[in-house]
Amino acid sequence: MSPRRDATGGRRRFAPRVVPAGDSALMLELAEDLDLDANATARHVAEEVRAAGLEGITDVVAAIVTVTVHFQAASAAQAAARREAVGHLLLAALARTGGAEDERERAPVEIPVCYESRFAPDLAEVAAATGLTAEEVVRLHAASAHRVLMIGFVPGFPYIGGLDARLAVPRRASPRPRLEAGAVAIANGQTAVYPFPTPGGWNVIGRTPLRLFDPDRDPASLLAAGDPVRFRPIPAAEFERLASGRPAR
Amino acid sequence: MTLRVLRAGLLATVQDLGRAGLQHLAIAPGGAMDAVSHRIANALVGNFRDAATLEIALVGPELAFERDALVALHGARFEPLLDGAPMPVARPVLVRAGARLAVGRAVEGAFGYLAVAGGIEVAPVLGSRSTYLPGAFGGLGGRALQAGAVLPLAPDVAEVSAWRFERLARGGRTTAVAGTTATSVRWSAPMLTLPATDPLVIRVVDGVHAELFDEPSRAAFLRERWRVAADSNRMGYRLAGPKLAAAVSRDIQSQGVCLGTVQVPAGGQPIVLMADRQTTGGYPRIAEAISADAPRLAQAAPGTATVRFERATLEAADAARGELARRVSELVERLRWEFGDEVH
Repeated sequence: MSPRRDATGGRRRFAPRVVPAGDSALMLELAEDLDLDANATARHVAEEVRAAGLEGITDVVAAIVTVTVHFQAASAAQAAARREAVGHLLLAALARTGGAEDERERAPVEIPVCYESRFAPDLAEVAAATGLTAEEVVRLHAASAHRVLMIGFVPGFPYIGGLDARLAVPRRASPRPRLEAGAVAIANGQTAVYPFPTPGGWNVIGRTPLRLFDPDRDPASLLAAGDPVRFRPIPAAEFERLASGRPAR
Repeated sequence: MTLRVLRAGLLATVQDLGRAGLQHLAIAPGGAMDAVSHRIANALVGNFRDAATLEIALVGPELAFERDALVALHGARFEPLLDGAPMPVARPVLVRAGARLAVGRAVEGAFGYLAVAGGIEVAPVLGSRSTYLPGAFGGLGGRALQAGAVLPLAPDVAEVSAWRFERLARGGRTTAVAGTTATSVRWSAPMLTLPATDPLVIRVVDGVHAELFDEPSRAAFLRERWRVAADSNRMGYRLAGPKLAAAVSRDIQSQGVCLGTVQVPAGGQPIVLMADRQTTGGYPRIAEAISADAPRLAQAAPGTATVRFERATLEAADAARGELARRVSELVERLRWEFGDEVH
């Protein structure tokens, strides 16, 4: 957990706590700031809560450093009982789970990315900002050990941690009105891949021909929180081949 | 069997109870904005609660019936015309093949629900027939109704409708709808999510980040009469009024948000998250509307309605939820009784 300063200026650890989020959800807060250990804990707790199969729970959402459990209830008594049960379950799951050191090793999901300039409008700027060449940016991005921290924003949108520290750049000063589907972009020490054309403020350094989200596919989302990810550089010809080979929407 | 769309209206979408269990993939639950009126509209035509209805925002479409169909319009108060004559609302109406329904404008509330016996039979996507506009999937091709579109109904809609109306008629309280070929009943279901008072009073519990706001902002949030901005939509209701300031400025890591979460972006203008909300957000949350009031809030018409928020305890929120659930299930039971036991 990330330490923070208290009123006296001393450092103390953030104590995990369960708080109500409205009358139909509870949220376990593990830290205030991005913390890979807290993120791993959040994902492991979410898995435990889901596996418990408690009646009335509709959704378990692991985010960067929180777990939100949504529940439904048909009466006041049922709401109170479920809130209490979910609170206990979250704390019990927290006691049972470890953080980053308990991460299970699995093969990474490979995401082919074409980093050529027509797909990478911000690559030159990122290179300039980091004092690297474009080739080095690509090499470091492809060599980083990435992992999905959470899925949020729009269906299937991954927040991916593990970016090489030399590629730390902020979001663009003014967001672009439209990023293409498949845009691979970095900001704030993370990588995102845009499933849909949307406005976006991250720095686009490439594009993948893969569909991150397809409602008619099972699973609909290519990635889930916790997935290790590896980005594999591909030439434009391979991008076109993979892009045309994908099933029509 | 289909319902042909002659005019699209402002924003009519196919909706059901939405997609549960997919928020970890950032798929919004979606579904009817006013789930209570959606449920009652279904019960009025003898459908189960999970049948899809047509959700109609503010200005309704014009539809042509190709077969006889038992329909009901509930929720926001419209003054629909059936072949040019007033069609009764909040009750089952057996409409004849060839009839034209012009739903017209909402005179109170924002979202009406047109239920048809047997439901609207678009193909489910990810377990639901709900239209999810931001992702362009679900419902009728992921889009709002367009002129010229056809809404698929149950293949046996005419037979099911006739059979159900016959059961309603055993009570003897049926009546012709003047100026039309339709038949209806002499009773109607109450509106549980109207009247839309001005201001509409919506109860809230403290938000996860209430303590991040300064005292004047917290007081203003509860004192102010907020206008639901015209650019509100199924994702969120924007509140026009004074700007609220966070006393403590810190980055909030993106986290799970809820139906009714009131978040305050940097500009200070609060947004209440509605059915098609994003599943996670990183703005400070000053309050959370209680779930019993979410369907009532949905009926606050963007552009005109005003809302005032009243602080409630979690216990009061639970009690209100139980009370609403009880009223809905009592009403649904009564409607089942009108149809006879065999329907459900």
